[in-house]
Amino acid sequence: MNSADQYLKAIYLAQRLEDGPAATGTLADMLDVSPASVNEMVGKLESRGLVEHEKYAGATLTDDGIVRAEDTLQTYCIIERFLYNVLEVEDFRGEARALESVIDDTVAERLDTIIDRREECPDCFDAEADCCEFLEVEQQAD
Amino acid sequence: MSLGQRVSTDHQLARLLQIGVVLEELVEARAERHLEELDPSKRAALDDEVEELLAEAAVESAEHRDRVAALLDELDAETTRFEQIEALVEEHYSAPGNTDGVLYDQLFSEETAYKFYDDLIAAIEDSDTEFSVDREEVLATLREIRAEEEKGVEDVAAIMEARE
Repeated sequence: MNSADQYLKAIYLAQRLEDGPAATGTLADMLDVSPASVNEMVGKLESRGLVEHEKYAGATLTDDGIVRAEDTLQTYCIIERFLYNVLEVEDFRGEARALESVIDDTVAERLDTIIDRREECPDCFDAEADCCEFLEVEQQAD
Repeated sequence: MSLGQRVSTDHQLARLLQIGVVLEELVEARAERHLEELDPSKRAALDDEVEELLAEAAVESAEHRDRVAALLDELDAETTRFEQIEALVEEHYSAPGNTDGVLYDQLFSEETAYKFYDDLIAAIEDSDTEFSVDREEVLATLREIRAEEEKGVEDVAAIMEARE
């Protein structure tokens, strides 16, 4: 997925977490980039009709932006589930974030043929836990 | 290519190669499964050309898997067991229904593998990381596999066109 899609996913999740527009600082933290980079990309996404931006409030996805963000989140969920259930990666969240930009949608679609994903995906994605709420994650012993 | 679309560690490279192995295993397992799915009467009616294509695809994917697995070995990383992926394919498999469906699925497999290697090669090329394996050897192997996947896409597409 490209960086625009990664921003759309972050805005989608930030909106859920903040129950309102996604603040620049929140997006910068989520994506590990500078606030200036966030503002630049949000401006680009706004010009493409995917985001509405209100000064001092933050970014809100348009209907088109929501559709694209949900597709991106589905791809991300496939990567997480694949890493955890097939490759048995303990830090599946961290690795999914590191790999999402290199894994294309078509590749994720293929990996999707061997994982169990809910029909309601990505509605069941838990933004706070950063994974599907139905993914049974074993708690690691301290 | 942006926002971290690079391979910056041995670990990341190994993980991506593991995904490559799984994609090859998926091609192999699905091609074999498609052939098995056809009962003898349907199989007899299947064009020799299509049957040969699926058999060759399975063999080629097994060979690609071995080559990628050899790179993983150099990185001291493990590969998935083919039996594990075969079992997952079996668990989730739904037959395409007819020869055109089989060909479409095969085309999608080949295209997906091509896209994966293409993106991986670009991500390695964009990275200035010094891996513990010979970067040129990795790139040469991946480029060769990518070329064979491209040929695979063309072969399936040619058969599909001829059937139209």
